[in-house]
This record gives sequence, C-alpha cells and structure tokens, in this order.
Amino acid sequence: MRHILSILVENEPGVLSRVSGLFSGRGFNIETLNVAPTLEDGVSIMTITTVGDEQIIEQIIKQLRKLVTVIKVVDLTEVKNVEREMMLLKVSAEDGKRAEILRIVDVFRCKVVDVGFDELTIEITGTQDKLSALINLMQRFGIKEIARTGAVAMRRSMQ
Amino acid sequence: MELTGAQILLESLGREGVDVLFGFPGGAVIDIYHQFPNYPNLKHVLVRHEQGAIHMADGYARATGKVGVCLVTSGPGATNAVTGIATAYMDSIPVVIITGQVPTPLIGNDAFQEVDIVGITRPCTKHNYLVKDVTKLARTIKEAFYLAQSGRPGPVLIDLPKDIQQQRAAFSYPKKVSMRGYNPHYEPNVKQVRKVAELICKAKNPVLYAGGGVISSSASKELTKLAQAHNIPVTATLMGLGCFPGDDPRWLGMLGMHGTFAANHAISSADLLLAVGARFDDRVTGKLSAFASKATIVHIDIDPTSIQKNVSVDVPVVADCRLFLEALNKELAEVVKSGAPCAPKDAWFEQITAWKKKHPLTYKPAAKDGPIKPQAVVEAIHKLTKGDCIIATEVGQNQMWAAQFFNYTKPRTLLTSGGLGTMGYGFPAAIGAQAAFPEKLVIDVAGDGSIQMCIQELATAVAYNLPVKIVILNNGYLGMVRQWQELFYDRNYCNTCLDVAPDFVKLAEAYGADGFRVKKAEDMEATLKAAFASPKPCIVDVLVDPEENVYPMVPAGKSITEMILV
Repeated sequence: MRHILSILVENEPGVLSRVSGLFSGRGFNIETLNVAPTLEDGVSIMTITTVGDEQIIEQIIKQLRKLVTVIKVVDLTEVKNVEREMMLLKVSAEDGKRAEILRIVDVFRCKVVDVGFDELTIEITGTQDKLSALINLMQRFGIKEIARTGAVAMRRSMQ
Repeated sequence: MELTGAQILLESLGREGVDVLFGFPGGAVIDIYHQFPNYPNLKHVLVRHEQGAIHMADGYARATGKVGVCLVTSGPGATNAVTGIATAYMDSIPVVIITGQVPTPLIGNDAFQEVDIVGITRPCTKHNYLVKDVTKLARTIKEAFYLAQSGRPGPVLIDLPKDIQQQRAAFSYPKKVSMRGYNPHYEPNVKQVRKVAELICKAKNPVLYAGGGVISSSASKELTKLAQAHNIPVTATLMGLGCFPGDDPRWLGMLGMHGTFAANHAISSADLLLAVGARFDDRVTGKLSAFASKATIVHIDIDPTSIQKNVSVDVPVVADCRLFLEALNKELAEVVKSGAPCAPKDAWFEQITAWKKKHPLTYKPAAKDGPIKPQAVVEAIHKLTKGDCIIATEVGQNQMWAAQFFNYTKPRTLLTSGGLGTMGYGFPAAIGAQAAFPEKLVIDVAGDGSIQMCIQELATAVAYNLPVKIVILNNGYLGMVRQWQELFYDRNYCNTCLDVAPDFVKLAEAYGADGFRVKKAEDMEATLKAAFASPKPCIVDVLVDPEENVYPMVPAGKSITEMILV
C-alpha cells in the first residue's frame, strides 16, 4: 500500500542523505520526496511517499525515528489528509492543436504559465490521479518535458 | 578562557573521564598531537595501523562498559578505521572516533588525504558530525559521548578539520545536552510488565533467550535472578555469553547455527520465549518460519527497530533490559507472595536434561599421537585460568570453539565480533581490554588466518607492555570457509589452505614478545601455563588437527533443529 510520511527534520547538511541512505541501504522504495523549510528556523519538512506492506512501513517509520536529525514522523495515511502535487508540463502546441489544449486546460482548472511559437507550459496542482489524467490527455499532442514536485500533504482539521 | 580547537578536544575528553585513547598521527591531526604533552592524564596508545586503534577502543569499551576513544588522521587514516567502526556498530558498542579532516576551505577540492568520511560512515555509525565552527566543538563532543552510550549504544564519529583545531574559542563544557530528535525510551510500561509476569506463571516450557543487550544494559544480575527464582532455562547468543553463569543447571548453552542440541531443541519446543536484548539474527534463528514456532514470543529491546524486524512477536516491549527485568522480578515476587499458582516445570527440565545427555557439546578425542584437538586447547585455557580471564576471539572456527568450550560466568569476559564477523578483531580488542585492566589475564583465541590480519599490533603490545596472550589454533587453513567447502562445496578447498605461513614463534620474538609452540598434547598445559605466567605479550602457536570441524552445525537456511552432530 502507498503511504505518505510527513517528516520534520533538522535543517542541516547531510540530513537528506541520512534519510535517503536509510531507504536505499535497507532496500526500501521512495516514490516521491519533497523537502522545504518550515516556519521554524532550522527545521524542514520532508514529505515522502513510499510503498510497502505493513511490516515494511512500520520498519521504515521506526528507522526514520531512530535518526538523530529526525524530529518527528507522522504517517498521514492513517488519518484524513489533504494531498497535493504540482507539475509543470510542456506540450507541443502547433497551430490547430492549441485550441483543443486550452480547452483541456480549462476543464482541469489549471493554467498556462509560458507560451512559445509551437509549445505551451501548463501548471497544474492536484492529486496524483489528476496529474496522471492530464498527462494521459496531453500525450497525443506530444509532451516535451515534465517536472513534478512530488506529493505534499497535511492532516485535515476535521478528522 | 580561549582555547584552540585541539585544546578544546583534549579538555573535553578529560571532562568525559577518558583516561586512554588509541590513535595514529597524521598531517590533519598534528595540532591535536602537539597538545598531548600538556594533558598527561590522557594516555595515548600509538598503534601500528588504524584498524588496530578502533578495535582497541572497541575492546576497551566491551571490557569496561565505558566509551572507547580512537583518534586517526584524515583520508586513509579514517578509511582504515571504517571496518572497526562497522564492527562496533553491528555489536552496539559505545565508541567515539575523532578523525582529522583537511582545512575547511579545502573540503570538497580533492585535497591531499581528503575523504568524505562523514558520508562514508553514515550507514555504520549511530551518528556523525563534521565540525565547521569551533564554538560548537565542545557541545558536539558532549553530544557524541551522550549518543554513544545512551539508548542502544554505538559508534559516533567526529570529523574535525585542521583549521578548526587551530582556531580559538571560549571553552565551557556543557553539563547536559538534549536533542529534540533523540529521546531513548528506558522505562518499562507497567501493564506490559504485568502481562509478561502472567505469561511466565502460565508457561510450562519457557525459555530465556538473552543477547548482547543484557550485557550492555548491565542486566545480568536481574536476568540471573529471574531465571533462578522462577526456574527458567537460559540460552544466549554469542554476544550474550557471560550474561548468565555457565555453571548453572538452567544454562542451555549458546543457541543457533553452532548452538547446543539442548538450546536449539528447547527453543523449538518452548511455549514461551523471552527474548531479552537480542535481535533474532539469521545465525541464531536459521529458517525463520520454524524458529520458536510453538511459542508466545516476548521481545524486550531498547531499540524499537529491532522489534518486529525479523520475527513477528506477540508482546513487543521497548525498554531498557535492566529496568524491565527489575520491574518484572518485583511483579513476580508479588505474584508468588499472593500465592497464585504457577505451572510446574519438572517435566520441562526432565526433557532438557534428556537433550543435554543425548547430545552434549563434544568432539572426537585425539587419536593416540594424533594431532591436538582445538577444542581441547580452549578447555585447557578454561582449566588453567579457572575461567578468571578475559577472552577475545578472532573470527571463524576459533571463535566458535572459544564460545562453545569455555564456560563464561561473568559479563564482559568475552570480546568477539558477533555481527560483522571481523577477522583481525580479537588481538587489538584484547590489547584494548588489557589497557583497561593491566592486572588481568587477557587471552586472544586466534586462528592462523585471522591473526595475520592485525599482527602488526604486536609492536603496540610490546611497546606499552600490555602482555596479551595470543593462542593460535593453527590448522593451516581458513578453517571455517574450509569447513563449508568440505560440507557444502564438494571439498573444493579453493584458496583456503595457508600452507605458506610465517614462523609465529620467531615472529613473536622478532617483535620482542615471547613465542611458544605446542606440537604434542602432553606439552600443551605446561606451555600455556608458562605463557600465562610470562610478563610479556606471548604467542602460543598450537598445531591442531587441520580438518577438525565445528559441530553441532545447522546448515544455512535450515531449521535450528536440523543439526549436523559430531
């Protein structure tokens, strides 16, 4: 099963490699990983999505908690959560295709953030399913490049 | 008062109560060495190879329970220590390693003798630091010592660039440190204590399975009390040997791949398995699905990651072993006082006695005028010392015979690389223990293969008059690999025969130590006695049966009751 782990870490050199090394060294998988500073000085938040059975996830969480530079680990899959990912997608948009692409952008409520003579860059935010759906639809126009942030997530206020 | 980084380091070591450290100088640590004459209370043991230094610090730590300290230079000095760091990590031994580093402006430039030792040792240390600010040095050292010996102990490395050693800062040593990401859990949960006590009362066939955690948490007394008061048989892992008196009738012997028949069968028939400070290593469990398959398993460990890692357990307990056993003993005393009935264990002990009788630990005695049996050498050491000594071992057959045929009765008397299985560990570890206990007899049970991996430390032993006794069980082979080749690889003794070997007696003498050779069984005791009485470090080269095997043996991947017996 896929799990979303929210990990508070000390923001210091090496902390990312401690966490990623733990996954690679023990044969665990990282699907997505996102790191950014929090409001508190010196503390960053990492969101990792990973796949494994209950025993593996339990072991991953315990191993993460064992790292001295990890302050807190929460498995957001265990609670109601809101999860979002952002993606930039550059798609071929020669004359004749452009109107169709813009219609899809409209339906997905995403937006165009850059325009070239024969291509468009689209910014989309949503769940992984929504992002995958857009990729599927855009494939027939020719996707040139994508960049994704990986999931970020939070516990919902109303549980 | 402003001090240089080098002075801050040595001052701080003094505050941590360090009396001896093991090291080797180099360009990136000269500033530290320059200060040693000003710190006469800090004894420095100069080794001949950095691997020796880290194993000595490890042996010192295992024998004393204190933190061992090792100091090496940057680059190759640091990488030479890595095997020893991994050895200490696998066995949860508290060691602090100080490595020199190139000056901070050069870091990352592929400078001379530069290596990213923090990156290299990240997976084999409990934690590590690169110090980039001299004002944070004292706090870092305090944290390192705190981390090394608290919770589940382990090695902690501090990488100290040369310019930081030279810069000055005001010195004040913190009394306490706290880290928000590190809060080991020691206290047992009362409900769990009660639950375990109930299980013990109900159990007809309980077994205590003790590991190295019993020794590192100083829980031997409590464990012994528990076993004796409630009549529970005890087995231990290699790392746990000595945590329970080997002369007690409840003692089953070691379990696992080379464990006793009684121990492995008791585990397999147990209805309650109390795992204390052990981690269900593959060398212990054999085929996992068959291990203690009839038992309710209680697992007590300070490290949550050890629990549910290999074996699914029924009662997981995260706590310090000693504190938990103390609470459990109190709870059980109350239960007994209240007159609650406990299941009788007579039938269980009858069964155990039968197993012990049927297949005791044994070996085929030497033929008349035949070669000496290595097991007999270990037995002779036990007889001559009456068990009152510290045994270090190398790795392989020598290690298993030293585990099987010496009756350990006290904790911290067996120093052996259990998890990593590091050949070359025993001799330097013995030197470290001897440095801690100059008056004690410290013996390294070695093989002719392993001993050559850190033989250069003979110079260290002679230089500091640390009279370690090396007893080589010399079979002319890398014996354990040869045994596997014999049993599982069609006797294809490929690259395991050490027919070209140094003359160990002359080698000892060349280093200024004493050398002895034993060829005949009748000379063995007298020669060992002479070596043990010598004030010098000694090598006793005992020529033993070349193709003797370690039995019992459970082939890899088999259930622990599927044993090859003598």
